[in-house]
Amino acid sequence: MKSLSEIETTAKRASKAVGFSWGESEEIGKCIRQLEMFGLPGIKHLNSYFHDKIKNNYENLSLINQSNSSPSSPYCPIILGIGFLDQLKTLENYKKIYFSNIAYPILFLSFLSRSSEIIGKKINVKFDKKEILLNLNVNIYSNVLELEFPKNSKNLEINFVENKDNFSDEEWRSLYKLSENTFVEETDSLKKGAAGAGLTDND
Amino acid sequence: MKVQLRDPNTIMKLSRLGSFHQSKLSFLRSFLNEFKDWEYKRDLFNLDKFGYGEAVYSFRKDKRTYSLVCFANEIKDNERSDRVIATKWDAAFTLHDGVPTQKDIDRLKNEVPKQEVGRLSFKELTLSRANKSVRVFNHVVEKLSEGKQPDLELLSKVGYLYRTTAVYGSGKFGLADRFRIKNREEINGPFRLEMMLVYLVRQFTFDQVNHVAHHKNPSKAVKLDKKICKNLGIGNSTGLGMAPFIVNHPTLLNNWVLSREIALKKIREIKTVKKKESDLFVDCIKKSLTNITSWNTDSEYQQIKIKNLLKDIKKFINFIDKPFDFEDEYSFNKIYLWLENEVCEECIEYVVSIMMEPYNEITTPLITQMSSEEDKYFTIPSSRSLIELRNIIEKKYSNILKINFDKKQNTQNFWFISKNKEEPRLADRFEESGSELEQPLAIARDVKKLYEKLLNTTNISTVAEFLSINPELRHIVRRVFIVEKFPYSEIQDNTIGKNIMPIDMLRLKLSFFGALKFDPRSDKWLRICMFQGAPLPDELKNYDEQWVYRTSI
Repeated sequence: MKSLSEIETTAKRASKAVGFSWGESEEIGKCIRQLEMFGLPGIKHLNSYFHDKIKNNYENLSLINQSNSSPSSPYCPIILGIGFLDQLKTLENYKKIYFSNIAYPILFLSFLSRSSEIIGKKINVKFDKKEILLNLNVNIYSNVLELEFPKNSKNLEINFVENKDNFSDEEWRSLYKLSENTFVEETDSLKKGAAGAGLTDND
Repeated sequence: MKVQLRDPNTIMKLSRLGSFHQSKLSFLRSFLNEFKDWEYKRDLFNLDKFGYGEAVYSFRKDKRTYSLVCFANEIKDNERSDRVIATKWDAAFTLHDGVPTQKDIDRLKNEVPKQEVGRLSFKELTLSRANKSVRVFNHVVEKLSEGKQPDLELLSKVGYLYRTTAVYGSGKFGLADRFRIKNREEINGPFRLEMMLVYLVRQFTFDQVNHVAHHKNPSKAVKLDKKICKNLGIGNSTGLGMAPFIVNHPTLLNNWVLSREIALKKIREIKTVKKKESDLFVDCIKKSLTNITSWNTDSEYQQIKIKNLLKDIKKFINFIDKPFDFEDEYSFNKIYLWLENEVCEECIEYVVSIMMEPYNEITTPLITQMSSEEDKYFTIPSSRSLIELRNIIEKKYSNILKINFDKKQNTQNFWFISKNKEEPRLADRFEESGSELEQPLAIARDVKKLYEKLLNTTNISTVAEFLSINPELRHIVRRVFIVEKFPYSEIQDNTIGKNIMPIDMLRLKLSFFGALKFDPRSDKWLRICMFQGAPLPDELKNYDEQWVYRTSI
């Protein structure tokens, strides 16, 4: 089994070898490490992308808008991912962001996962009937783990999920009521003597 | 009185970093302190009469066990090499997490002796190999088998029976990643388990030499005297592999140097120095003279440094012996100010290290701050402005900006990774091929390049916009934002200039390991000694903390 350290170093060096700058390669190494740690096929897709990159053209989108489309050639997921990280503060103001035609969307996901940690919000990604929840770079929840990630996504939608509870008020109240059964009802005597602080604090 | 931390522009120069010495903050000393209460045991010692076979040593406490698994092999003299290109060694070692089963030992027997081309698992934490100092080892075997102790003069010239030629950890060759162990209470300082491996290897070398001598002449052989064992360490040959580490781990480097600087600042701020504290300091300074006079090297470069150190230490002893009064207020601050004016860099840093000896209450909390959560500082704050970026560079790299990189001599060298061994190397840019594959270790040159680009950039306000059109500067932008928060994270010198001494970079790291007796064999590699004078494993429960200054060989 390869260690994560080996995975990060090799991904970084390979990225430099195919033409990315050292700084970009450092970002790629970090992201592939993260994907592999989550059990996602990062090395497999990076390898495949680098081989395709020799034959195919990919669009480098450096300034991301709310809606982004590349009709001719697919977006490079790495330049897109690095751009997303860099422009995160601006992009966060959009509730939803749309991309059409992204190569190797799983590679883009790793940058979105880091973005989720940086802004402290979950990010929901939908593409080709697949749904993925990026949870503050702590884990990635998905309904496609067992399936093959595609080499290309025609339409990809990103939602910044506002920080809110995953449950109803009623569900919370019900659980809280149960938790109260661990508390002791205070008598007058307990009120006076059990808290520790003085009875008058006017000094 | 408030003393300022020393200026990174002075301290982070290579000549100063290459003058650092071990101290109480050094990793091998903090390792001994952490593990002194652990139970030490030799679990297996299955060597043949020539000393070849397997051995297992362990430290255990509560439910945790760390086991050193050793494999001693027969090699021919012409196969023995300290260089990284070697493929066979006298002994190979791994530190196993837990108690190894027979199945583990069988697996490791196939892999550990192969070192870089073997595969380890997440159950192994560190990996190393070592070669005998044949001359010393054979002499000791010979003498012990005759019922005599070895010649101390010969031992003092070398200082060890074996020297390691690499110690690997943190995920290399399939070893456990650091994240798997970093939250363990006992791993609260850097390189703890690498130090444990080296320490237990030292004990293996004594057991092996006794074993071979005994089998050579069972009726007459004696064991190596424990006092002699204690005064022997374990050698280490270190090449350029270590140099890029301190460039590639800026926050870690900061935390090491910052701890040292905070310790010095706090000591200089002590108003009243107690008598027992000044006595201990003076005692260590005087006794440490043995460490200098027994420091052997053929390197002219190091001989001059040692000569100057010895001359300056004698001058310093004279200073504290005669008119100096430790009862004066802030006496350590006075000492430090005197050192800055009167002695060489090597001596300043030597005395700074010894100043820490009486002050456990200062050094102990700092030891726990010498690791780093590097990933926390990886993300570039790209929404910040270019003006801020430029200001940081002007403030933090003022000396670097004065270097003229149009001059050939200032870009003479380049760092690369060799295809044969995947190890860092340094070569002349204008005489060798390969500079197009240069590693990003020319920080000074790249900072200057970034700064010049910023001066010529208009109509762009944020770092994000700048990076989108200048991706080749991304690695250096990241560093600039790191140095903003971590003042000692950057070497304030040119790492590719004609006159670079790479061994200064090695020595910085080795001093934090706790190495003694730096012996440069060229400008690119050196030999050192570790744990010389250290307590033996069965003495750890109660040992003299200042053992470093009490060696008698």
